[in-house]
Amino acid sequence: MISPGLAIPLALWVPLLGCLAIWLLDKSPNLREAATLITGVILFVLTVTVFMAVSEGQRPGFQALEVIDGLPIAFQAEPLGALFAVIASGLWLVNSVYSIGYMRAGNEKNQTRFYMSFAVAISAAIGVAFAANLFTLFIFYEVLTLSTFPLVTHKGDEKARRGGRIYLGVLMATSIGLLLPAIVWTYVIAGTTDFMPGGILAQHVDAVGPLVGILLGLYAFGIGKAALMPAHPWLPNAMVAPTPVSAFLHAVAVVKAGVFAILKIVIYIFGIDLLKDTGASIPFMWIAAGSILLASAIAMNQDNLKARLAYSTVSQLSYITLGAMLATSMGVMGGAMQIAAHALGKMTLFMCAGAIYVAHHKTLISEMRGLGRVMPFTFGAFFLGAMSIVGLPPMAGSWPKFFLMLGAADAGQLAIIVVLIISSILNVVYLLSIPVQAFYMNPAEEGAKPQGAGGAFIDWGALKEAPILCIAPPMFTAAGVIALFFFADPLYRFLLPLIGGG
Amino acid sequence: MNLAEQLPVLPVIIPLVAAPITLLLPQGRAPHLWATLISWLTFAACIFLVSAVSDAGVISYHLGGWVPPLGIEYRIDLANALVLALVSGIASVVFAFAYRSVRVEVDPRQSTFFYCAMLICLTGLLGVTITGDAFNVFVFLEISSLSTYALIAMGANRDRRALTAAFNYLVMGTIGATFFVIGIGLLYQATGTLNMADLHDRLAGQSNRMVEAGFAFIVVGIGLKLAMFPLHLWLPNAYTYAPSAVSAFIAATATKVAVYVLIRFFYSVFGFDFGFVAFAFTYVLLPLGLAGMFIASLVALFQDDVKRMLAYSSVAQIGYMLLGLSFATVEGLTASLVHILNHALMKGALFMAVACVVFRTGSHSLQAFAGLAKRMPVTTWAFILSGLSLIGVPLTVGFISKWYLLTAAFAAGHGYAAFLIVASSLIALVYIGRVAEMMLLREAPSEGPYAIPIKEAPLSMLIPMWVLVAANIYFGVRTDLTGDLATRAAEALMLVAGGAP
Repeated sequence: MISPGLAIPLALWVPLLGCLAIWLLDKSPNLREAATLITGVILFVLTVTVFMAVSEGQRPGFQALEVIDGLPIAFQAEPLGALFAVIASGLWLVNSVYSIGYMRAGNEKNQTRFYMSFAVAISAAIGVAFAANLFTLFIFYEVLTLSTFPLVTHKGDEKARRGGRIYLGVLMATSIGLLLPAIVWTYVIAGTTDFMPGGILAQHVDAVGPLVGILLGLYAFGIGKAALMPAHPWLPNAMVAPTPVSAFLHAVAVVKAGVFAILKIVIYIFGIDLLKDTGASIPFMWIAAGSILLASAIAMNQDNLKARLAYSTVSQLSYITLGAMLATSMGVMGGAMQIAAHALGKMTLFMCAGAIYVAHHKTLISEMRGLGRVMPFTFGAFFLGAMSIVGLPPMAGSWPKFFLMLGAADAGQLAIIVVLIISSILNVVYLLSIPVQAFYMNPAEEGAKPQGAGGAFIDWGALKEAPILCIAPPMFTAAGVIALFFFADPLYRFLLPLIGGG
Repeated sequence: MNLAEQLPVLPVIIPLVAAPITLLLPQGRAPHLWATLISWLTFAACIFLVSAVSDAGVISYHLGGWVPPLGIEYRIDLANALVLALVSGIASVVFAFAYRSVRVEVDPRQSTFFYCAMLICLTGLLGVTITGDAFNVFVFLEISSLSTYALIAMGANRDRRALTAAFNYLVMGTIGATFFVIGIGLLYQATGTLNMADLHDRLAGQSNRMVEAGFAFIVVGIGLKLAMFPLHLWLPNAYTYAPSAVSAFIAATATKVAVYVLIRFFYSVFGFDFGFVAFAFTYVLLPLGLAGMFIASLVALFQDDVKRMLAYSSVAQIGYMLLGLSFATVEGLTASLVHILNHALMKGALFMAVACVVFRTGSHSLQAFAGLAKRMPVTTWAFILSGLSLIGVPLTVGFISKWYLLTAAFAAGHGYAAFLIVASSLIALVYIGRVAEMMLLREAPSEGPYAIPIKEAPLSMLIPMWVLVAANIYFGVRTDLTGDLATRAAEALMLVAGGAP
């Protein structure tokens, strides 16, 4: 077994080697895809190794080099990062299988570039997960932005260019314009940017003084990947990308890197106690709550399935920001669990959306009525994923909502509980209505009103499903959503050190 | 008398003696090889000098054995040693790069004159940097400027507008030089000396109209030379119409040397005892630096000529350097010095990438860049990486510059300036992004002047260009050479200036 200390650098390098292999195997697609999958398996084993070590209480890490005095590129695994790394690498593997099905079925161009960018992006996501200080996190955060740009603009038409411009513009503008000054400011105040339990700013309260709120705001909006409104427009615009990109990057790796960074900064840079004592996070808690409701309201009006899922993601990401800004142990726990639960659930939904597109070239929800009867597996998986996002048991998504409500109660913010309940109701309306309409309604024909179901419910002989590689992955993650519900306790124990327990 | 003792004079003597010899060489490859060899020798001498200064501290060399303040003194501390290494280093890369580019852009009959002028320009820039004598600064400044006027005018072979650009620069540059020499004259009247260290001693406590006027003349004169906003009007045309290799060389070196001279006069000649220095920092350099950062960046945004865009970007980047030194702290001065080095690396690489495009397409208009990623991928990626460096993305030198500058701004209590700095680098994101989008996402035109199938630039151009790109990345992750030396240089400068180190 490989030592966890070695597993971290390997986890950073293996995807890059994979990228090289993909490039070299440009001419033979089967070998090229094999390179992606083998890289994915190795990477998953490596991150699991680190995960196991962390669960035993170890904190493996290493320092690569010191760029400026007191500013090293260094890595250290802790529970939140190890969790993010396992989710990212595991779902990358699932998504790679899905990508093969999707890209081949659609006869997409530039597939080599596509897989190469993916490999670089996953390496950057691992770098974000294991970063031991803000500086390292910032480096990989920017690499993640740049490496996903070719994926967003994959189609290369005017629409893709416009989406790419907004994607890069918002993410770079927020990160260079707000996040970088925030990091430098933190460095000037604390003399370091290391993540330390309890928070590094907590020891310099005098120097920060009343500016805690401003600094926190720079981080909250500077981390554009967390899509806290109004820094969210990049996410809907990123939907011009092929669906595997939306499924993995814009439901898992990129967006989770953002909220992960927010959680880490709240826990290890500010310290929950500092925020609780100063009350600096209260305004941002309300902004997150507003973001949850507003994004849901917008999602409700989207007829394009991917756009609706994107706004749903904006809303769901703000749950995590909300958990951090509640500044209570249970809030943080809820946020951390939401990272895992939402990743599985939302990825399922996106992969289903892609499967629908591959099989029927349909992107509008209004056109999907009755489609469930020819694609029962896809819409079945969609149904489970949507249940999880709403937060119904026995789905993984119910736990984070539970912990967030506990956290809100601890913080004495009863109105937040109301917000969470309203949001779940909105989710029911705009997510669960999709599979329900797909199963129980007749397709609308030429402007006629859709009718109720008639005749045989599902004709098993006449299914028109997407290729197996496009259906198996969402069914797998949908099963994962149920499994995670029952494994919430080990996860809770694993994450306990975050809030000072365990 | 051994060579080691004479080391300080070598960076000036080698190119100075070699320049006229160039004229005796036959047309063709020879002048280029000769100039490249000389630039490498000069670079080697400068590297030795940096390590000598780093070990021994300040080196003072008396030219011709005449003892200062009567004789001319070459005085090398870490600050100018770094600039010397930078100028000669850029020269050794650009000279190697120049051959193919010059062959298509400059009249072949002028090629010997071209390399001769390049060497004279190099001599002048190194002389300005190395000398410890105020009048000597003027002499070398004129040597470098005169040769630059000629070099820019050689761009007339491709575009006649190079002639007016060179003439404009000649007029503005001469005004600047005249102002500078008037300032030196006034200081000489007040003190009776031209040696910088001696000037510093004798100016202590002097604060009369003559010295104040001298100070003002010097600041404006140097301000013209370094293209301090709004004295930058000569620069965009000069950079745009000069032969591409010349643009790469002077964009990376000439203005940087002028910024160094400004630092030298502020910190080593006048010092903080002189009341006007603090005044100039707060009311001249700081606001003009900030204004330049924004206005020039915004102008760059609307340029359809990539060389002109990069030229305006240079004016903006000079704003960062002025801003850093105007904080009057070790951190600020370090940021300024580091950015002098780093900006040379990125702008040099960017102009070289444009030179490659000009070599193949014959144009530096934005349209010529359409779809280049497929036709000239190596050049495209050199441009994009150096462009990312200009924006300040981590793992590049641009990020290191930004980091030092932001740290300095926060530490000096100018937190607002930090936000203005990042805001202006976002403008850089947009104008670099325009070109990058053109290269990556547009289809190559199927008709019109740029429709011809275009090959990658030749290796003799690609290799030197990628040396600079690699330097952009290497010094972006290792700062023990740039950052640490610059910090020590800044501490020494602050000590002389009388500020708290």
